[in-house]
Amino acid sequence: MLIRKAPDIRPSEITPESIYRQRRQFIKGLAAGSALLMSGQASALARYELDDEQVRYPGPDWLQQKLRAATRADGLSTDEKLTPYEHVTGYNNFYEFGLGKDDPRARAQNLKTDPWSVEISGEVHKPGTYQLEDILKGVDLEERIYRLRCVEAWSMVIPWVGFPLAELLKRFEPKGNARYVAFTTLHDPEQMPGQRSRFGTIDWPYVEGLRMDEAMHPLTLLAVGVYGDALPPQNGAPLRLVVPWKYGFKSIKSIVRIHLTEQMPPTSWNRTAPQEYGFYANVNPAVDHPRWSQSTERRLPSSLFSPNIIDTQPFNGYGEQVAQLYSGMDLRKWY
Amino acid sequence: MVLSMTALHRSTAGRWLVWSCLFFGSLIPLGWITWEAVQQRLGADPAQVIVTFLGIWALRYLWITLSVTPARRLLGFGWLQRYRRMLGLYALFYASLHLLAVATFILGWRPDLLLRELTERPYIIVGFTAWLLLIPLGITSTRGWQRRLGKRWKTLHWLVYPISLLVLLHFAWLIRAGYLEVLIYALVLAFLLGYRLYLKWR
Repeated sequence: MLIRKAPDIRPSEITPESIYRQRRQFIKGLAAGSALLMSGQASALARYELDDEQVRYPGPDWLQQKLRAATRADGLSTDEKLTPYEHVTGYNNFYEFGLGKDDPRARAQNLKTDPWSVEISGEVHKPGTYQLEDILKGVDLEERIYRLRCVEAWSMVIPWVGFPLAELLKRFEPKGNARYVAFTTLHDPEQMPGQRSRFGTIDWPYVEGLRMDEAMHPLTLLAVGVYGDALPPQNGAPLRLVVPWKYGFKSIKSIVRIHLTEQMPPTSWNRTAPQEYGFYANVNPAVDHPRWSQSTERRLPSSLFSPNIIDTQPFNGYGEQVAQLYSGMDLRKWY
Repeated sequence: MVLSMTALHRSTAGRWLVWSCLFFGSLIPLGWITWEAVQQRLGADPAQVIVTFLGIWALRYLWITLSVTPARRLLGFGWLQRYRRMLGLYALFYASLHLLAVATFILGWRPDLLLRELTERPYIIVGFTAWLLLIPLGITSTRGWQRRLGKRWKTLHWLVYPISLLVLLHFAWLIRAGYLEVLIYALVLAFLLGYRLYLKWR
């Protein structure tokens, strides 16, 4: 397949040496075991054996090599039992493709995810629209096995492949006054039938946001793959956010725009139901959703006669790493 | 169709046939979801699928029961009247299974969770109240009770109207995004209840 690159951007422009070095240092910082994050040791990626019936998503050629070269960040990964591939790729909330959990897999398969460009804008020194392929040049992918806690009180354990959002942000050189990062999902009603519905409650496109320190946190991941392969469209291909200590809806899918800003950006669920969904949306068993409890969760797949009910952990179990970001904040108020 | 249904009911065999179709036909949803669950075709969260499925069928049977009078008066489906009790009991049947499924598949009969859900969650309180109110209607649905209660039977069974509104509220309260489905059921109910108001006030 012919992939047309934006003619005015050379890879060297995207990854200047100074930034490249910064990034290296950043990774070294991680590997050295910055007090925050345990060992950080990386190991070769496990090869996942899947049934023949499972649809795999190898991804475009340029991504395949990178996926193969990915290593697992052991220190940042949980060793809990993985949620089976079938469920990770078949049970999704991606309202752009419908409200049912199986709608995304059924209706997202024609989403064109390559080539894909991402606009970097706002308070950065190097704004522009970049091809994903170019963005990933010089980026080493790693696997992180994270817990995902949905606001609907179910959870999964998912092996993502990606790279820290911090790495990308540093490359485009945020200005001093950048305090928030805003993200936007693709808006394309032709490809996304859910965006054509007249009875939805979400204003498209879907938008999300993080505070700068949350965005720069080493746990915050931009994923391009899952289970060793490329991201399936129903999981937010080709580029999605994964913020494991927040409810799943913060982890915005199919990102086309990353905008740095001084103001706290609007977020889709907060706009839809502000009394139910806050900007922060940190996993918090002590603060219930107004309509249901958040103190427990059902780890999927849940068997019928012994439902897999577990206690929800503050910050989804990542409190040691992230709680200090919110010290002094009343988490009942800033839910 | 109307004529032939009426004709069918003139014979015992005909009545038996229609009764069997309705009785066993109403078990098809339960059979289907059980089969799908056994075949493990309900995805990552079969509990949620089953609960939703049983709940929506309870609601449908309640709506169907409420359609008997309009169907008789507007479409001449007089024969349907004799099956109204069965249809109403199926609403109670699916509502009870719905509740059992929540307690077993979602909450695992954990007392702390059961108590929490029943005391703190408004939509569950509303749904549970609807179920509680349905029970006396189910119990007193027999001929014997009809006779014993006399005029008061009608007063008691008038409860089905507030129950239907509670059920609709319970359903609407659960929605996270997308009101189309609940809107359709609300419109149908508005017609079913509105028709009764029309009969009363015309």
